Amino acid sequence: MGIIQNTLEQGLIYAIMALGVLITYSILDFPDLSVDGTFPLGAAVSALMITRGQSPALALLCAMAAGALAGGLTGLIHVKLKVRDLFSGIIMMTALYAVNMHVAAGSLRMGKANVPFFSTKKVQYATIFENNALTDLFPAWLEPYSVLLISLLLVILVKVLLDLFLKTRAGYLLRAVGDNETVVTSLARDKGSVKIMGLMISGALVALSGAVLCQQQHTFEVSMGTGAIAMALASVIIGTNLFRRVPFVKSTTAVIIGAIVYKACVAVAIRAGVPASDMKLITALLFLIILTLGGMEKRRVKKHA
Amino acid sequence: MLEVKNIRKIYNPGTVQEKCLFDDFSLSIPDGQFVSVVGSNGSGKTSLLNLICGSIQPDGGQILMQGRDIRKDSEHVRARKIGRVYQNPAMGTCAQMTILENLSLADFKGKPAGLHRGTDRRRIDAYREMLRPLGLGLEDMLSSKVGTLSGGQRQALALLMSTMTPISFLILDEHTAALDPKTADIIMELTGRVVRQKQLTAIMVTHNLRYAVEYGDRILMMHQGHAVLDKAGEEKQAVRIEDLLTIFNEISIECGN
Repeated sequence: MGIIQNTLEQGLIYAIMALGVLITYSILDFPDLSVDGTFPLGAAVSALMITRGQSPALALLCAMAAGALAGGLTGLIHVKLKVRDLFSGIIMMTALYAVNMHVAAGSLRMGKANVPFFSTKKVQYATIFENNALTDLFPAWLEPYSVLLISLLLVILVKVLLDLFLKTRAGYLLRAVGDNETVVTSLARDKGSVKIMGLMISGALVALSGAVLCQQQHTFEVSMGTGAIAMALASVIIGTNLFRRVPFVKSTTAVIIGAIVYKACVAVAIRAGVPASDMKLITALLFLIILTLGGMEKRRVKKHA
Repeated sequence: MLEVKNIRKIYNPGTVQEKCLFDDFSLSIPDGQFVSVVGSNGSGKTSLLNLICGSIQPDGGQILMQGRDIRKDSEHVRARKIGRVYQNPAMGTCAQMTILENLSLADFKGKPAGLHRGTDRRRIDAYREMLRPLGLGLEDMLSSKVGTLSGGQRQALALLMSTMTPISFLILDEHTAALDPKTADIIMELTGRVVRQKQLTAIMVTHNLRYAVEYGDRILMMHQGHAVLDKAGEEKQAVRIEDLLTIFNEISIECGN
């Protein structure tokens, strides 16, 4: 039971990031590598706020704002300075690495230097998963499931809001700019602004995911973003491939399930005895397998056509 | 009134491939005129359209729209008054979105985007009525993805989308060239009707001399950045396809072909 619950929890938390990457990768057609920096940025901001005694919910909102800012900057670099999309993301990712260290240092200065903060648990900080309001609200038997329930709630909230957004005029423009920029220009809209908007929303979601993970694990590590983009892309591609032929399953739903399936694969690998140090290798292999299988599928379809 | 004044455009300046396309080219189009532009490849037809729409910048001269110089306006700002249909039917529509979503997208051109509902359900019947006269069956497939449509269907949709909201100018860039003859006729007929109904100022680049002669009230033949033929009104009505072919041949002989 423990391993299944853990997989679901992790899958749901990472699903928020995958939803963010769905916007850039699938909708906007923008290979945004800044995710590797934005994800820990959310965690760093969240850690900073919490160790300074701020409310965990406010910490999430601030993390989202920071992520939106980072995404907006990636967009500005691409749109205004005319840097290629791939490079804009890489520049942002590299810069964020240092920014994240600074933000994290802000929380270390709280008199607990040299200790990865709140990993010792000597001081009990409130998080969205453990706080007084929750203890009052949840009956004791539900407490072990608080992470699962709260992440599920968050993911559903994000999914529903994103679905609603994609049905608005702004959402239509976002989809159109990824589909055919010329149409957006012909319709008298600045395609650059639309892209920046998309990157901001994506950045906010990726940072939110990092912030939630940070609160669940009581820790921030600057390296937690390494490979985040591969993980998110794997989730998006698993999800969209699994449900390609199933009508009426929205891409947002597919991606959430994709993230859970991905985490399940990782859990199986660990169960099979793969050491934790080789986790990124597993991520890379899984990603490769998914892409190859997806590619073979496409080739077969083409042959029939 | 749309005016192109003393335009200069040089491609690849300062290199061995330097090519001066326009040197002091001027053209003025009164409101409500439908101009057909013909000419050989590389004569500057599409460049002229790109200059007007802001896809490329001139190296000198002015582009005036209703008396105002629009050279500093970016492409999407100019698009507020301009509708444009391209040669490639895929250029004017979004393949991954449905017909309904594409029409909705075009319908809120010039209106605030924001968090309004993307598709206004009350407009669906109006969309159907716009599609029905085309006779392409599009009115019954509103929820189909545009990527599944044929080139002709997509081009008809693109034309509808570009002329749906109030615009003053319609730019047609060989918009029937990629279609089979029958579909091209349907699209051309629709074009003529829309231009007349909405009293648009239209510029149509075409390689189809029949369309150039039959449609529009002015004909322009371009060659090496100059207008070698420019007839409007009754003079235009007198122009025959044979006349155009004769001039075409003369030009080709000059070039040594």
